[in-house]
Amino acid sequence: MIVDKSGSPLSATENISPDTRHGVILYVEDVSVSFDGFKALNDLNLYINDGELRCLIGANGAGKTTLMDVITGKIRPDKGKVSFGQQVDLLQLDESEIALAGIGRKFQKPTVFEHLSVYENIELSLTGDKGIWASLFGKLTGEQQDRIAEILYTIDLIKECHYPAGRLSHGQKQWLEIGMLLAANPRVLLVDEPVAGMTGQETERTAELLTSLAGKHSVVVVEHDMAFVRSIAKKVTVLHQGSVLAEGTMSEIQSNPEVIQVYLGEEQG
Amino acid sequence: MTSSTAKPMSKFSNLHIVIGLLLLSTVYVTICNLMFAEGSAMHVSDYTVSLFGKYLCYALLALAVDLVWGYCGILSLGHGAFFTLGGYAMGMYLMRQIGDRGVYGNPDLPDFMVFLNWTEMPWYWGGSDSILWMVVMVFVGPGLLAYVFGSLAFRSRVSGVYLSIMTQAVTYALMLAFFRNEMGFGGNNGLTDFKEILGFSLQEPHTKLGLFVATAVALCIGYVVCHFIVNSKMGRVVTAIRDAESRVRFVGYKPESYKVWIYVVSAMLAGVAGALYVPQVGIINPGEFSPLNSIEMVIWVAVGGRNSLYGALIGAIVVSYAKTRFTAIMPEAWLFALGGLFVLVTLLLPKGIAGLLPSIIEKVKALTATLIGNKPPTATEKQASEVKS
Repeated sequence: MIVDKSGSPLSATENISPDTRHGVILYVEDVSVSFDGFKALNDLNLYINDGELRCLIGANGAGKTTLMDVITGKIRPDKGKVSFGQQVDLLQLDESEIALAGIGRKFQKPTVFEHLSVYENIELSLTGDKGIWASLFGKLTGEQQDRIAEILYTIDLIKECHYPAGRLSHGQKQWLEIGMLLAANPRVLLVDEPVAGMTGQETERTAELLTSLAGKHSVVVVEHDMAFVRSIAKKVTVLHQGSVLAEGTMSEIQSNPEVIQVYLGEEQG
Repeated sequence: MTSSTAKPMSKFSNLHIVIGLLLLSTVYVTICNLMFAEGSAMHVSDYTVSLFGKYLCYALLALAVDLVWGYCGILSLGHGAFFTLGGYAMGMYLMRQIGDRGVYGNPDLPDFMVFLNWTEMPWYWGGSDSILWMVVMVFVGPGLLAYVFGSLAFRSRVSGVYLSIMTQAVTYALMLAFFRNEMGFGGNNGLTDFKEILGFSLQEPHTKLGLFVATAVALCIGYVVCHFIVNSKMGRVVTAIRDAESRVRFVGYKPESYKVWIYVVSAMLAGVAGALYVPQVGIINPGEFSPLNSIEMVIWVAVGGRNSLYGALIGAIVVSYAKTRFTAIMPEAWLFALGGLFVLVTLLLPKGIAGLLPSIIEKVKALTATLIGNKPPTATEKQASEVKS
């Protein structure tokens, strides 16, 4: 059951849609997470605007993946507030409810259903009733089939649609996972290292795809590849030791002395 | 665009072949049992009929194990519990059908209760003389246990080896409980000395044949149900859960609910198998709860080929037949043979016997084609023609 902050149930889908009157779709406020004394997130504040494309960068252990885990319900923070729009309290929901509410996630390591075909991977990810009876007796409508075909076309896997997903190349799996995200049509896409292991050409097309998604969706990208970040980012947030170090355009970030010292400095030095 | 993404249809479906073969062999056994006199080469003895009936119960049970293990990745080492509970539901009904023909001739109480000096029936034996109640209990008993256990285990996200050990503990605990006379299920002797079912004497060869046919029909229905489940979107969701449970969660499904559901369905199938098994062997006792039995079921499925429904049937029948033969020759070596079989299959045939079938069929096809004189299309040619169409 999906509930709002006060705990009253939100059953109809229109009720789950986040309240974005202030232009912010994702609020992360004063969030701390610690593992055995190690502070993975330390009073972190982050606001993602509706429809923007945000890049998160930071050294290893800066807390990027932990942040994604918190937003998607995999990890419960020790303290803090996470809400989707103004009213949907994500800390009340479990992973599948958060996914249904409209936050999709692509993992760092591509995770697809290896024994199912590419087509079936997309089919399972489509929006719709995810209950048992619907799965048992539901049939794909023509509209849904067209939607699957459209997504397969977008991610360029139309020829491979009956292959088991396990047989795809690494880059293709990354794309399939992005396709699965598209099928769920989420308001917010959390994309963890989308171009890891991709060729230059694949990276370029991924950049195009992600940029084209912004506007309709809010996209948060975590990436190490600075060239890639430079090519897509309008606004960049730098994480360092579990909190936000700096936020701004790429050029602002690059000229920020603190950032240069802790992050970009390493790259140049 | 749509035509290229539409699923390829296979020419003939496995479902039709399996059901057809099952029904054909049932009819064949029935005819050979009834029409041919004893001594004729075509005769199938009454003993063989009940043996086949037993194998078909095992096949239904294997189907149940395959559904949760092969498709959903839940390695249950305690499916014998559901089988036995179904068996006890049937056993209680059969006990009540004995009436005053028991050793003590008590019209109200089964023999073992008289023996224990009980004066009245425990409350849970209440509706056991009604066939309708029995049928309901065959489903509800195992289903309820599976629901309670599944809800607790899956919702607290227990999986893998821990879950397997817990399932084994459940069936072991039930065995110990049912061994106790105070439980009211006949203690270590269990329930036996059955006389009749639905008014037909269980000693009659025709009743045995009837039970065999009923088991075959139940197996067909069970197969159709499983086939429907694994080929629906449900089947794809549980396969996805097996391969990447957390991904399924992030796509928006609730893996716990799916696992509980499929576990309950599987338990009910196992219960039906147990209920059909009891009248054919004439006894149900706590020994059936033994974890060893449950492990044997898993081996059937591993040998036949998990992730394939007909593989489970083949595995159950082949291994049970081997057991019948083997235990007749050298009983003490059977467990070693079983263990060896499991090791061999795991090492050499990870997909089991069912994994061999497609290549055998290909070879047979190629052979018949060369005999007739026209070459079959090779794989690449086939693909090319598919792309064209």
